[in-house]
Amino acid sequence: MTKTFPIGGIHPDKHKIAGDIAISSPGLPEIVYIPIKQHIGAPAKIMVNKGDKVKVGSLLAAADGVVSAPIHSSVSGEVIKVEDIIGEFGYYEPMIAIKVEGDVWEDCIDRSDEIVREIPDDCEEIIAKIRSAGIVGMGGAGYPTPIKTTIPEGKKVDCLILNGIECEPFLAADDRLMQEKGEQIIIGAKILNKLLGIQKAIIAIDENKPKAIEIITKLTKRYVGVNVRVCESKYPQGGEKQLIAAITGREVPSGKLPIDVGCIVQNVGTVFAIYEAVMKNKPLFERVVTISGDSIEKSANFMTRVGTPASFLIEKCGQISDNLGQIVFGGPMMGTSAVNPDAPITKLTSGILLLSCALSDKQPETPCIRCGKCLDACPMGLQPNAIARAVRSHNLDALQELHVLDCIECGSCAYTCPARLPLLDCCKLAKMELRQHQTKK
Amino acid sequence: MLKISSAPHMSSPINTSTIMRDVIIALVPAAIVSILFFGLGALTVIISSVAACMLCEYAICRWLLHKKSTLRDYSAVVTGLLLAYNLPAWFPIWMILVGAFVAIGISKMAFGGLGKNIFNPALIGRVFLFVSFPLQMTTWPKPKFLDFLYTDAQTGATTLGIIKHIDVKNSTEALTQYSTSISELPSYGQMFIGYTGGCIGEVSALALLLGFGYLLWRKVISWHIPFYYIATVFIFTSILWLTTKSPIYDPIMHLLSGGLMLGAIFMATDYVTSPMSTNGKIIFAIGCGLLTVIIRLYGAYPEGVSFAILIMNAFVPLIDRFAAPRVFGTGRK
Amino acid sequence: MDNLILINIITLVSIALIAAAVLYFVSQKFKVTENPLINEVAACLPQANCGACGKAGCQDFARACVKANEEEFKQLYCPVGGNAVMSKVAATLGYESTNKEKNIAVLRCQGSCQNAPDKVEYTGIAFCRIANKISSGRSGCPDGCLRLGDCVRACPFGALSMDKQTGLPVVDESKCTSCGTCVAICPRGLYEIRPQGADKGRVYVACNNKQKGAIARKNCQTACIACQKCAKICPEIKIENNLSYIPTSVPAEQYGAELARSCPTKAIVYTGTPKEEVKHD
Repeated sequence: MTKTFPIGGIHPDKHKIAGDIAISSPGLPEIVYIPIKQHIGAPAKIMVNKGDKVKVGSLLAAADGVVSAPIHSSVSGEVIKVEDIIGEFGYYEPMIAIKVEGDVWEDCIDRSDEIVREIPDDCEEIIAKIRSAGIVGMGGAGYPTPIKTTIPEGKKVDCLILNGIECEPFLAADDRLMQEKGEQIIIGAKILNKLLGIQKAIIAIDENKPKAIEIITKLTKRYVGVNVRVCESKYPQGGEKQLIAAITGREVPSGKLPIDVGCIVQNVGTVFAIYEAVMKNKPLFERVVTISGDSIEKSANFMTRVGTPASFLIEKCGQISDNLGQIVFGGPMMGTSAVNPDAPITKLTSGILLLSCALSDKQPETPCIRCGKCLDACPMGLQPNAIARAVRSHNLDALQELHVLDCIECGSCAYTCPARLPLLDCCKLAKMELRQHQTKK
Repeated sequence: MLKISSAPHMSSPINTSTIMRDVIIALVPAAIVSILFFGLGALTVIISSVAACMLCEYAICRWLLHKKSTLRDYSAVVTGLLLAYNLPAWFPIWMILVGAFVAIGISKMAFGGLGKNIFNPALIGRVFLFVSFPLQMTTWPKPKFLDFLYTDAQTGATTLGIIKHIDVKNSTEALTQYSTSISELPSYGQMFIGYTGGCIGEVSALALLLGFGYLLWRKVISWHIPFYYIATVFIFTSILWLTTKSPIYDPIMHLLSGGLMLGAIFMATDYVTSPMSTNGKIIFAIGCGLLTVIIRLYGAYPEGVSFAILIMNAFVPLIDRFAAPRVFGTGRK
Repeated sequence: MDNLILINIITLVSIALIAAAVLYFVSQKFKVTENPLINEVAACLPQANCGACGKAGCQDFARACVKANEEEFKQLYCPVGGNAVMSKVAATLGYESTNKEKNIAVLRCQGSCQNAPDKVEYTGIAFCRIANKISSGRSGCPDGCLRLGDCVRACPFGALSMDKQTGLPVVDESKCTSCGTCVAICPRGLYEIRPQGADKGRVYVACNNKQKGAIARKNCQTACIACQKCAKICPEIKIENNLSYIPTSVPAEQYGAELARSCPTKAIVYTGTPKEEVKHD
């Protein structure tokens, strides 16, 4: 039986072109640009200078404070620039540019393909390894993982959920990872089990990934306590709160965190990175990136080094058609359109999509016909059209009653609106105005 | 040049125009039935009503508001069709023009155009005509199958018109009246396919249900409003029927006669003038159902659907306010 | 018949009396006693409730004025009403009025469609605050005007308008009351409240770009490149983060024309006479 969340949701076209394409290596670019902030929290402290030689896996920047994560080199070579370089949004961010020379890895990293199954006994050691590997939530939030796996005083966790949902159209990075590195992910889950002191883990996969379901189900027979749950493929099934509701039936109260209902959700990509960090001593410096879209000849899933310019990957996928409208980093529902296609891949980039004008162009706005489709689509039970009306008329009193701060910015409302109202933008504006209003008080 | 915009970068293929187009398609079976039974009389009403509504909207956009015409969203066509469906065959064309002006000009554009009106435009048009020209509005040509020119038009009463004249209280006098009236009533089968007197679009429950099926399949409307509306009427009249055993409360006849099907499927579900949340829709539909039966049985008019829907339209902002959906994570029932 | 009229009159009159009694009772019960001076002061104020004075609105400002003693009163100022209003308020309260110079909002950016041409096409919602979140903007300048007019919509006095030619907002000096709404709403902080200056002569750096000169110039012709020329003319001028800032203490009549003339990118604007035209080629 497939499970799903209680309210709202939409069924956008899946476009899962990349789901059957094996993960490959795109090779190494000439220069990589590694941003020192690829997570939520304080930017990492730069530890290298211009002219330094680094190896694959060398520490480039150390975590600055608790909510931060270290950054490692993804290539071997010479540091040629440590300065502000233009990123995907067109803003200048501090980055470290490294000229690639060969592919020399740090000695401590285990590069063999052999699967290591012996989980270390010492939890402290595991946490230390996760912390020093710079692992962050790879589903897109970028929250440093060590914090998420440390249970705060007074809280109890009884449910670990591995998020293999990937409900965004086009993206297939997690799908491929589950198909090809299934056992590593399961071992990663067992590592997390040990850390959290619980016995069970649930891998949630949505029903449009039959191969991944088959492979993981087969593998879980060998591991006690790890189970697969098939979820309905509905957007935003992969949202943390929606997933918890689908699997456990618990609703995270408004303004609270998953841990308040005893759940921890980890993206399968993150869990794979945890396996590699703990068992192979490998810091997080590469990830699977889906290159897809309807404006590019071929789709691909690349195991990409962090810092590789997106344009380098796009070149490997053949001809770009003339009707290219946007280059999107991430999925089409929540991703951001890039100003600069030369921007580097970060730990959080799950895909680069080249979308045609026909698919991605915004259509002209028409008047709201009060159809209520946004109410039906909103997975949080909000009223997006009322929010839009209130924000456009600066009605802060009305906004406060509309629970705007619960919005998860999934974009279901704007996707579904037949009048093409920019509902998501209005919700974001409403959040900004409310927060501004609250700080003023 | 690359384009940039905020997420989402995809949108659903459904937009206002496709929705309106689907509604028009769903209304086609009723048009076919009306032309089969009322011939040219129905066709002229439909064509002139649609044309008048479109013209009115175009004229107001062009010369009064000085903005781009909004004909492209097809909402004027839908209003025109629904207005036509609420009129008897052979209705005078100049009166249709007046009705179309009231529907589009006063009840829609004066409120700010599509999406801003409080009351259903077609119903306002109908009710305006009904109170202004009561004679013409209640002259019902009898249906005649496949007689296109329909030359020797006979008129008769509608089902609801007949039962309105049955006075159950005055039993001695009523007895003779009663039996003649009963013999005039069409059979369920006739009412179901639409071989009965009435407004051109409301006669055939079959055609309207076909349209309903299409709207459900295309996910244009949810089933809540039509279902709860019709169910309320059915239950209310059933209770009266079971307690009094009088044929004027016959629940099946109440379902099949008058504008109930048309109103429940196409008028009460009008997006603009119905509540947005599911709970709101249910409250709205039950209210419509109760008012319809009350007006039909205890009011001065034989038919109550249009007044019931218009009255409930006025309550929509209130219903919307109090039947807001449950916010995720804020307590469950 | 007479009886009917009489009954009608009696019922209506009694309803009126009862209603009047209820109204009177309620108004007495919920009466708020407030110093009548507050309303007198509030009557002098512009009643725009913009909050530029730092209070929650005009009524609140009036309350603060009445509560304040003479020393504290000097700290209160309604920038919207200006000296005229403040002298009226002071007269009401029996204090001496203090004159303050009129301020005005200036836009520190000249990144017009001509000076900073579009590099990408922005197709999203026309709100600066959203555009700022998702990109550096059409021109590529990460600190410049996004040209989508949040400030124009927000201005409570209608002092801002979009120039269709340049795409930049224009401040109408006669309407601007320096209330600061635009300063607060601009996601890039491009507005600055500066003294209007004698003879409307103001000199300021109309650029907010903190990138290195070469990068800044790539995006915009009129970007400040931190070349130090202005600092040599007037030592009070500070250059930080690749951006020059002319403090309000720099006398505009004395330095303005020279500063504007010597700026190689025309990033310095002098509004006094003789007016230096900014080139738009």
